[in-house]
Amino acid sequence: MDTLSAPLTIAFDYTRSLGPVLGQFMAGLRDRRVLGGRTSDGRVHVPPLEYDPATHEPVTELVEVSSAGTVVTWTWMERPLEGQPLDRPFGWALIRLDGADTAMLHAVDAGSPEAMSTGMRVRIRWAAERTGHIRDISCFEPDAEPGKTPSEEPSRMPGKEPGRTPGEGPGGTPGGNPGWPAPLSQAPGDNGASQPVLIMTTPIRLHYRHTTSAEEDRYLRVLAEGRIIGQRCPACRKVYVPPRVCPACGVAPAEVVRVEDRGTVTTFCVVNVPFAGQRLTPPYVVAQVLLDGADIPIPHLVLGVPADEVRMGLRVAAVWRDRAAWSTTPENIGHFEPSGEPDAPYESYREHL
Amino acid sequence: MNDVAVIGFARSDRSVTTSAVETLVPVFEQALAQAGLGRREVDFWCSGSSDYLAGRAFSFVSAVDAIGAVPPISESHVEMDAAWALYEAYLKILAGEAETALVYGFGMGTAGDLNRVLALQLDPYTVAPLWPDAASVAALQARLVFEAGLISERDMAGMTAVRVADGVSAVVLAARDRVRGRPAAWISGIAHRVDPQGLGERDLTTVPSAAAAAHDAGLDGAVDVAALHAPFTHQESLLRHVVRAGTYLPFETNPMFAAGLSRIGAAAAEVMSGRARTAVGHATSGPALQQNLICVLEGLEA
Repeated sequence: MDTLSAPLTIAFDYTRSLGPVLGQFMAGLRDRRVLGGRTSDGRVHVPPLEYDPATHEPVTELVEVSSAGTVVTWTWMERPLEGQPLDRPFGWALIRLDGADTAMLHAVDAGSPEAMSTGMRVRIRWAAERTGHIRDISCFEPDAEPGKTPSEEPSRMPGKEPGRTPGEGPGGTPGGNPGWPAPLSQAPGDNGASQPVLIMTTPIRLHYRHTTSAEEDRYLRVLAEGRIIGQRCPACRKVYVPPRVCPACGVAPAEVVRVEDRGTVTTFCVVNVPFAGQRLTPPYVVAQVLLDGADIPIPHLVLGVPADEVRMGLRVAAVWRDRAAWSTTPENIGHFEPSGEPDAPYESYREHL
Repeated sequence: MNDVAVIGFARSDRSVTTSAVETLVPVFEQALAQAGLGRREVDFWCSGSSDYLAGRAFSFVSAVDAIGAVPPISESHVEMDAAWALYEAYLKILAGEAETALVYGFGMGTAGDLNRVLALQLDPYTVAPLWPDAASVAALQARLVFEAGLISERDMAGMTAVRVADGVSAVVLAARDRVRGRPAAWISGIAHRVDPQGLGERDLTTVPSAAAAAHDAGLDGAVDVAALHAPFTHQESLLRHVVRAGTYLPFETNPMFAAGLSRIGAAAAEVMSGRARTAVGHATSGPALQQNLICVLEGLEA
């Protein structure tokens, strides 16, 4: 059965604190330098580890490695997904940078899978604008001319680039170089090395298709006709609005029950705090409204009355939006407002508090 | 110390709604019917799921609707495959805090773009911001496995992913005193381990965490039947080096966050039916088998 469904996008910009190790790693990327972390066994890890897996001590020795390296394994991404480093077909690869003992994941802008191979030489293409983020590495590209200076995307902000010579060194020769890795003896701030990055932002944006249950589907379709229904639990006889599996009994709802579009405020809060996306100007009231014929209240706005006059037991009625605007959404009811009836006695809603 | 056994298992590889509540209700009924327990006889409920799969916060809370939580129940949740919820429930029984438990997993792998969702399992600083899809990470591993000579060129060309499904599964556990002659698959050992986070930190042609978990679970020699949780075909080859079995149960659909529990349930069902005396259920997490759980099951009355 095809029930109602709708696209849903969720998004959040996570801000992540970076410790001393990743903070320096990200600062290095901002300066077009790749830093690895040396562990007690002498191995250089890129990206660096924060703690030594053998001794469990904090990793403190960071060393610069080359921005050129070797593909350890690869696969071809024919149809890139949203957010990936390139929006045209590219190769994913684990890449061991010269001077490093471990491989890192990134994209290779190779044009076609025929241009990819295990053991191929690649080199970082730096992002034009760098913020201290893994995406400061725009991608890797085949290293056709070993020893050439690293490339960079065309800058949209000319004149903003650091004037320093990239920490490129003699990298780029297969087989490694005796000069690598080079210890970073300078404290942050020396020799152009900038302060560690403290925070990085990682935006998350995901897309879904939200699908309703058969009960939700019926509820929404009836709502589009200006009516409200609930369904009765066959075990405890309670009427749920919207219909749902009975959370007390754990059984599917049965008999469909018409409920009224008026009811009683069981409890409420006055919203005084502004927030992003807010549609009303505070103060305003959000209440739990127990519709007549239902056994569970629904949350809704109570307007048309000063916030300080809303009270438990207040009788309210739905104010429907213009019929032409109705669809399969709870937003068909714009808000509730006082119905003018006498307040409901406490005993009538006591069990819903 | 309590001995713990699996006494019930049910699954459904479909999930109608984003919440999966409607699918859980009949699966609970089937699992409890097989176990010969009523809903109120379950001391502890434990689930595994992911809010990122459902696209909604606290999705496991709405799933509790399927239990019927009045009067109040004892309940817990892991944001992982429900095989790890089984581990928690196993400990709960061992500790004497429960005699019976129902473990369940649910997920709607098709509600969103699963490859992008799974990218968020990876290192949030240096890997997830590149949004590497699970299939590509698995393919990086497959090439290494092929180039190491562990799989054939034909295997490599035919590298496929087990079909991702929407689904739920439920397993019922009981302490020795509550098994009382019911068909049972006794858990003789269970352990889980994780490999280093960095994809370049480990030799991807081996699965050290699975081997360590097998060792800690007391797996010694071949078992009659194994149900391996290998989302990609080359991973089945890697895992068979760790878990040796006379028969490997086919892994045909991969309901996210329920599949690992289903593998344990399937292995247990072989023991409970008498078709096998010893079995292993395995669960994994991560596109390159980064995290592994091994559950060793026996049919003999101890």
